[in-house]
Amino acid sequence: MASIRDIRRRIKTVRNIQQITKALKMVAVARLQRAQSRATAARPYADEMLAIMRRLASVGASVEHPLLEVRETVNIGVLVITSDRGMAGSYNTNVTRKVTEIVKPYGPEHVKMVAVGKKCRAFFERAGYSLVESYPMPSSEVGLTEARQISKTLRTLFESKQVDLVHVVYTKFFSAMRQQVTDLVILPATPPEAELDPGSEDYIFEPQPTELLGSLLPRYVDTQVYRALLESLASEHGARMTAMTSATDSAGEMIDRLTLDYNRIRQAAITKEIAEIVGGANALA
Amino acid sequence: MAKTFKLEIVTPERVVYSESVSSLVAPGIHGYVGILADHAPLMAELTIGEISVTDAQGQEQHIATAGGFMQVSENAVRILADTAEFGHEIDVDRAQQSVQRAQDRLRKSEGVDHTRAQVSLLRAMNRLRVARGQ
Repeated sequence: MASIRDIRRRIKTVRNIQQITKALKMVAVARLQRAQSRATAARPYADEMLAIMRRLASVGASVEHPLLEVRETVNIGVLVITSDRGMAGSYNTNVTRKVTEIVKPYGPEHVKMVAVGKKCRAFFERAGYSLVESYPMPSSEVGLTEARQISKTLRTLFESKQVDLVHVVYTKFFSAMRQQVTDLVILPATPPEAELDPGSEDYIFEPQPTELLGSLLPRYVDTQVYRALLESLASEHGARMTAMTSATDSAGEMIDRLTLDYNRIRQAAITKEIAEIVGGANALA
Repeated sequence: MAKTFKLEIVTPERVVYSESVSSLVAPGIHGYVGILADHAPLMAELTIGEISVTDAQGQEQHIATAGGFMQVSENAVRILADTAEFGHEIDVDRAQQSVQRAQDRLRKSEGVDHTRAQVSLLRAMNRLRVARGQ
């Protein structure tokens, strides 16, 4: 049976751990709110861009744009978005598992990885895939500049025909409790469908619709990458919040249980002592 | 009072401007485009330059942009800008520094992506111009 001192020490340890998990949880809550509001702020632009592309598609803008070229798929590129830090439950494992599934049919020599976040970089280096580039995952804010850089790397890979298809694997954010790993093929780009009802408006285009679409496409890819980053960041904090909440709760339960044990043993020791004193007194009498 | 229309300027990061305005001048790729109420439907690409807005009260405002797209329809204008900053939001010192940096890069002839340096010079000079209200 554990001694009083052992139990006291364990209670202290668990309490320390609880403090850490609690702090992590608070940070995650604050960052989650920020990440969520940024994701919301980015929505109007993305929606508007879709609307314009639809409009262009409905006036029959068709282009031979390098980003639209559909080729036979031999080599693929994958953008993997994970976090720099752990302590987020199964957040990172879910992503890497999905990626493993996607790349399986191609074989390591046909896969080029672009990694965001330390966690997946380490994983894929171990698994022997070639990493083209890796970026850190900022823990508080995702900048548009980073998104553009990443997007440019992907576009260059695709345009130079080093890869024939580009997947993005990220975690879609639904709520603090629910996130889902999502696989999106962003290249070759598939412009949205034409509007069903093009309306009667007769647009003046400057420059021609085809050229317009050509300069919209790279930005469209940028926006999708940016969005994936924003969603992943929100998901990361959501996952961490959930994981740390349950860690804090179980630490609390453990403390309760240990305290109970501690009191029981202490009580037993006191009772024993009293019994001894009484026994001793009786022997003298 | 002049007739007004709705103007919305959005960047990938946020909605920068959303008001009723009476006139707008934007930097189209073939030259500046002026828009008043009841303009014909238009879709245009924008380049680096200054967006000037006159609101319903006749107040003028200047916004520096690095390009984007503009859609005019049903008396509403939506601008999708790569960047958009009000003149008073621009950090003049920083803009000056980036002008300097871009110029330095242009002077060195090797190992520099000239087009890129030129574009960043244009962008920085534009921001500076808008910030100073010239």
